[in-house]
Amino acid sequence: MTEDAKHRGYHDIGGLEAEPIDQSEHVLEPWEKRVDAMRMLLGDNKRNILRADGLRHAIETMGEDLYLELSYYERWMAAIMNVVDQRGVVTRDELFERMAEIEARLDLQDVERRPFPGGN
Amino acid sequence: MARFGIGDKVCVEDTYPLGHIRTPFYIRGKHGVIADFVGEYLNPELAAKGESGLPKQPLYRVRFNQADAWPAYKGPSTDTLDVEIYEHWLAPAVE
Repeated sequence: MTEDAKHRGYHDIGGLEAEPIDQSEHVLEPWEKRVDAMRMLLGDNKRNILRADGLRHAIETMGEDLYLELSYYERWMAAIMNVVDQRGVVTRDELFERMAEIEARLDLQDVERRPFPGGN
Repeated sequence: MARFGIGDKVCVEDTYPLGHIRTPFYIRGKHGVIADFVGEYLNPELAAKGESGLPKQPLYRVRFNQADAWPAYKGPSTDTLDVEIYEHWLAPAVE
């Protein structure tokens, strides 16, 4: 098999040239803890909607551009959004509708938009 | 039932399928030795797609010489690397 014919996932970067790894510790933001908690709840035995393997699969298929742009827990959030939409738990339309409601209620200005799969 | 025992020489499958694959790209096709049996787990490739992942797959800790894993490795020849690999990615090494 030629090297070009070998499929390599964009996340599977062991051995490739790269910048030095930033090994500094950082404090998790509250929203990052919430995303972690949501994933745990979605994957428990009661719900069984998104377990670790499914989360990884969603992250590894969201597309390389998005993968590289998002931070660690943003990838989780995007994966969760995709899966709950696909499974009909919370549809994308319902989610964005709710986000708009909250922005209006809190009178939020200049909300920073982060990219999500499929656009938002 | 685990197909391999500690000390068995194995070769990692040299395949490149799509999907959620736990076997790192860089170790495919390389030869190593079974260093430990980790346990039996749901097949992550199937579980990733929402399937049950059953039957469970034995997972091994496989030891490779760094010089075998990396063509340009310049460290000591005694350096090794352990990778956890599921049984369906391993074949007996041909001497």
